[in-house]
Amino acid sequence: MNSKISGKAWKFGDNISTDHITPGRYFHLRSNLEELAKHVLEDADPSFSSKVKAGDIIVAGRNFGLGSSREHAPRVIKIAGVSCIIAKSFARIFYRNAFNIGLPLLVSDTDGIDDGDKLKVNLEKGEIEDETNGKVLIFTTLSHFMRKLIENGGIEEHIKKYGDFKVE
Amino acid sequence: MGKTISEKIISEHVGRDVKPGEFVVAKVDVVMAQDGTGPLSVQELKKMNMERVFDKDNSIFFIDHASPSSRKELSNSQKLLREFSKKTGAFLSDVGEGICHQRLVEDWVNPGNLVVGADSHTCTSGALGAFATGMGSTDIALAFALGKVWLKVPETHKFVVKGKLPEGVYSKDIILHIIGKIGADGATYKAIEFEGDTIENLSMSSRFTITNMAVEAGGKTGLISTDETTRKYLEERGRGVKFREIKSDSDANFEKVLEIKANKLEPLVAFPHTVDNVKGISEVEDVKIDQVFIGTCTNGRLEDLRIAASIFKGKKRHPDTRLIVIPASREVFLEALREGLIETFLEAGASIESPGCGPCVGIHKGVLGDGERVLSTQNRNFVGRMGNPEGFIYLSSPATAAATAIEGRIADPRGYLK
Repeated sequence: MNSKISGKAWKFGDNISTDHITPGRYFHLRSNLEELAKHVLEDADPSFSSKVKAGDIIVAGRNFGLGSSREHAPRVIKIAGVSCIIAKSFARIFYRNAFNIGLPLLVSDTDGIDDGDKLKVNLEKGEIEDETNGKVLIFTTLSHFMRKLIENGGIEEHIKKYGDFKVE
Repeated sequence: MGKTISEKIISEHVGRDVKPGEFVVAKVDVVMAQDGTGPLSVQELKKMNMERVFDKDNSIFFIDHASPSSRKELSNSQKLLREFSKKTGAFLSDVGEGICHQRLVEDWVNPGNLVVGADSHTCTSGALGAFATGMGSTDIALAFALGKVWLKVPETHKFVVKGKLPEGVYSKDIILHIIGKIGADGATYKAIEFEGDTIENLSMSSRFTITNMAVEAGGKTGLISTDETTRKYLEERGRGVKFREIKSDSDANFEKVLEIKANKLEPLVAFPHTVDNVKGISEVEDVKIDQVFIGTCTNGRLEDLRIAASIFKGKKRHPDTRLIVIPASREVFLEALREGLIETFLEAGASIESPGCGPCVGIHKGVLGDGERVLSTQNRNFVGRMGNPEGFIYLSSPATAAATAIEGRIADPRGYLK
């Protein structure tokens, strides 16, 4: 995957749950991810799915992705075209699910980023440049294994490549 | 340096000593998915040409979330799980048999096990001294086929709960208190060990309520040392030989230790829309409740139903408050029938539904109307959780829920226990 990402920021608050991202009332669409993706983040911002563009970046506060183990949540975010998520912190299951499917999550202070800002992320250098206000943020370095998962496009491709989990 | 429970169990499953922060590949003992997450696991296994399970007896699909199914799309997903189970020999726990976490502790999990499940509340099993954690469908697909998972070894937080629980205060109140204190991300990624004389004096059922909600503080798992209570529980379930002493070493390293005085607690309620928004019953003003739900993997066990029934005995629900009761498993349902608890609920005006997750997942059996408020014994109160983002969810113990159903507004259970 390209180590440079750029896109428009979609700003959300703290504690965005997997119920905000993939509401329970669409449970029946879980075997139809393309349809489910039309409702992505509907309970946090009903207009998000119709306005999000390929490459856009979700920016949030604390504990993004808390709640259920549903991998459908990061999957529909990826299907919607989101290139990465930057938040102050992530809930654990959401974190591993996202990397398992090749969606990078970056931990950084996000207070300085406003909704609609144009962001440029350099995964190699560990920097987020806010082109709208000129600020540069440093995100917490990804561990080697998580980097490999993103480079390989997720755990399934990773296993195909190495024949095993290969965490070192 | 000694080890915490998690470090011991993970070390055993990796085959060498592990330390917090390390990435490892660990063997698993029990793997499960449910009807919300299992279909994606099966699709991934088909895609990878790995339609097999590592151990037929310990690879399980539970149909509990939409159970029985409420629409054809869900029925087709469930059909996929039944077909996959037939083909691979995986165990299928079908409609009416109960909630995955309850079924796991009834029939599968033993001390020292490493359990992974495609459901966030898999941590429930940790009360049996097992390392049990929730993961996504792809992780679980790989665990089904390969019998192993990748893990980052977590640091451990210890919560020491001391003192006698006052009347009307239960293990649900203990865990709500802890989450209210440390926050919904207060233990993100950490293993949590619960100990102290209060925990030692709890039944297995009450312990499951506590470990069930470890994830609501962000925890990777919740654990309780094994003791005579664990031994008796396993003996009663025909698994006495599986008992093992599981506890952390006295010189183990805990990243954080917090002490809780149980004797100072009162009944608690989590207000919408986060589990850490906890208030003492004495601070709760007049909150009218449209629906009360008693059940779930958190509080749908026999002990919970007994407490609720003892409050309902001879009383009726408030005419403006619907009452839904769902036993956590078929076994719980049968025993509740034999003890006359179901009769008490029916006479109190309850609707009894078949064992499963019920309205907690937001697809059936009690979806909220716009602006309606529910008080539930479940573990989560996020926006939209019960099928309507315009609804409001309050969480409490079964006792508080029963008192609330009678009064039609959030009520203190203590007056009913005298």
